[in-house]
Amino acid sequence: MPDATGLELLAKDLRETGGLGSDAVLDTLHFRGRATLEVQPAHIRAVLARLRERGYTSMMSLHGVDYYPLEPRLGVLYELLDMSKVDRITVKLRVPTEAPEVDSVTPEGSDGPGWPTADHQEREVYDMFGVVFRGHPDLRRILMPEDYEGHPQRRDFPVGGEPVIFTYNEGDSQGAAG
Amino acid sequence: MEVRREALGAGGTRSPRIEEHDSKELLRGAELLGPTAPATLEGEELERYVHERVLTTTLEKAVAWGRSNSFFPLAFGLACCAMEQFQTAGPRMDIARFGYEAFRASPRQADLIILAGRVSIKMAPVIRRLYDQMLEPKWAISMGACCSSMGVFNNYALVPADKFMPIDVHVPGCPPRPEGLMHGILKLRKLVQDDPDAGWRERYDARGTEEIRRADRVDPGA
Amino acid sequence: MTVADQSTGGSGPQISGYRRREQSITLSAVEEQTGEATHEELLTLNFGPHHPATHGVLRLLVTLQGEVVRSIKPVIGYVHTGIEKTAEDKAYWKVIPVVERMDYLAYYFNSMAYIGAVEALLEVEVPKRAQYLRVIHLELNRIASHLIWLGTSALDLGAVSIFLYCLRERELILDLFEMSSGARMHTRYFQVGGVIEDIPVGFVEKAREFTKIMPARTDQYGAILNANQIVLQRLRGTCPLDAGTLLGLGVTGPLLRAAGNPWDLRKATPYSSYDDFDFKIPVGTVGDNYDRFAVRVAEIYESVKIIDQALDGLPEGPFITTDRKVALPPRHELATSMEALIHHFKLVTEGFRVPPGEVYNAIEGPRGELGCFVRSDGSSKPARVHMRDSSFVNLQALSHMAEGSYIADMIATLAMLDPILGGIDR
Repeated sequence: MPDATGLELLAKDLRETGGLGSDAVLDTLHFRGRATLEVQPAHIRAVLARLRERGYTSMMSLHGVDYYPLEPRLGVLYELLDMSKVDRITVKLRVPTEAPEVDSVTPEGSDGPGWPTADHQEREVYDMFGVVFRGHPDLRRILMPEDYEGHPQRRDFPVGGEPVIFTYNEGDSQGAAG
Repeated sequence: MEVRREALGAGGTRSPRIEEHDSKELLRGAELLGPTAPATLEGEELERYVHERVLTTTLEKAVAWGRSNSFFPLAFGLACCAMEQFQTAGPRMDIARFGYEAFRASPRQADLIILAGRVSIKMAPVIRRLYDQMLEPKWAISMGACCSSMGVFNNYALVPADKFMPIDVHVPGCPPRPEGLMHGILKLRKLVQDDPDAGWRERYDARGTEEIRRADRVDPGA
Repeated sequence: MTVADQSTGGSGPQISGYRRREQSITLSAVEEQTGEATHEELLTLNFGPHHPATHGVLRLLVTLQGEVVRSIKPVIGYVHTGIEKTAEDKAYWKVIPVVERMDYLAYYFNSMAYIGAVEALLEVEVPKRAQYLRVIHLELNRIASHLIWLGTSALDLGAVSIFLYCLRERELILDLFEMSSGARMHTRYFQVGGVIEDIPVGFVEKAREFTKIMPARTDQYGAILNANQIVLQRLRGTCPLDAGTLLGLGVTGPLLRAAGNPWDLRKATPYSSYDDFDFKIPVGTVGDNYDRFAVRVAEIYESVKIIDQALDGLPEGPFITTDRKVALPPRHELATSMEALIHHFKLVTEGFRVPPGEVYNAIEGPRGELGCFVRSDGSSKPARVHMRDSSFVNLQALSHMAEGSYIADMIATLAMLDPILGGIDR
């Protein structure tokens, strides 16, 4: 992990060079030895491309978080790994539920080759949280049935479940047998 | 196959278990004797009645013995219970000792489906179609806690197997040991030989101790 | 384990003799000979969720041109259990059995990844004895997982007896798990701060018996499979993929090591005292199915070595952290100490509270990087648990590997990919 100073220098570098603007990197966080950069959703492809140039060539994980009740609610986290220096960094972005759109990092774009590993993982974030990835080659539900309504892993989606059949309620089980 | 009807009290409301048993028999194509079953027979009719019953009973018993000792399970594993199903077929807890080692890949050739693992809502119609493709007589064992009751995961993604197909034996465990699964399969064997194990209510003479569901009662499970 | 190479030693990719003969017959040659025009169509075949060769309930939509696979679309979600959603509802230590059931062959690894993340958030230290016990159980689990992989893959390729041999060995490992924790699978043995109970008397001896016979047994499996021409022809030279594409797809573990990249988190970022042990990382050269097979079999030997070293150097000491705010106090203290009683009560009813934060913790599972992301909001229940499962990411490589090869090669590739649907679908 880059240490706290390294992280600040990295953030400064991203803000100043590369024409991203000073609002690209919103925040840096160094917690329990791990480094996190929070970025504007619009700049995610550019930030990841810059990080790839600096050596973080592997994306290990892409996952979503629902920050309810904090706004903006939906977060997408990208875990990057630099194999040669054994360094990890997390890039975080947050989008509100009203406009949950993010550029997909899967396909190739003008800023470089995409990250093919993000394919299924972005579909999972779409399925579970409802974050729409613009430009994804095949954005459809991956874990739930295709016609399922709702995004299960949002915090306001109920956990659900079936009542367990005991002797006192076996009469009104709507099973095939009863 | 004759079905004895139990009457609870005067007029007899049928208990859910009897309903369940009857509907299973219906699925198997048995005829249920209605309320107009012959009560008394005389002479030649009686002789013919006894003759039919004895012959058919012996033949049926023989067929049931044959069927029960040669289940062809469907090679069907969903999740962790499938790993214990493999171990049951393995060298230590050898399922071949009992004659059930012929796991068929095609449901048309199998007569026992062991639901080994959690049934998700996407998989339930697939399993129902597999069960429908199996030919009569067929049996189903629900292995493990996830398909019998909801198990560890009582949430939006899972369906208990009782909701979409009739199950004969539920095997508890998470996952059940190979000995546990074997116990369940042998219970099924007894069931097929028309010698079902008495439920716990019969064993402990606990009839009459059922909880009655009252209309104003709040269901703690829901 | 040297075997005479079937294909001719020429330049270019190694393809076997039968493949070369088949490729030499072109459709136009058939047309010339028989005078009939051949009509080609693409056929989409559904390898359904219920199929003997898909490891678990994986559905593949395979588009075929003759017998050549043109495209593969995996459809997953048939064993989606909502584990991550369920985990948000339970106290931290109650999440452990839920998360264990994700990748159902590597249950200790699932719990290790999650517990590592929680321990990072809590900043609690794990005593050395607990770390060694964890390593022993993790490596035993790795061997058990590789044994099931070997058995089911050999079953797919047609070698049925290997399946029964591997199950025999796995029974020995499950006996060891039962000795230490009482259960064969999903044991809840790892807890936050250490392990739930110390190993009983006789565990070390029984484990040593196991490590004594395991290398010899693995030699036997290698001898059977490496001398089997069918297995060799099906595995050698089929569906290779280079390390660059694999890295782009995020593939780690034996698949990446078979392609030549020796990335292993046990060596790169050692966790739980892995740097105390001396073991090698088997690496392949070509990246075809045979290398994937050979790398995993070699890993079994290395795991046996690690277990031996861990048993030799097992230190004395506590098996769980002494921080009573996190770990249950020993039961004999409950009768005498009021604080122990209160700690016990608070831990069992509410659970420990974790300071707010987000942490991603990655370990080396049998299939690659197994990561766990935990977000805590200060309460006693996690706010988000995400398991980065290696099979989920590795499955994306299937279409890159198997497109352009025959169906039989696709089946062999699927077997060598070692997908565990519980981890893919969570």
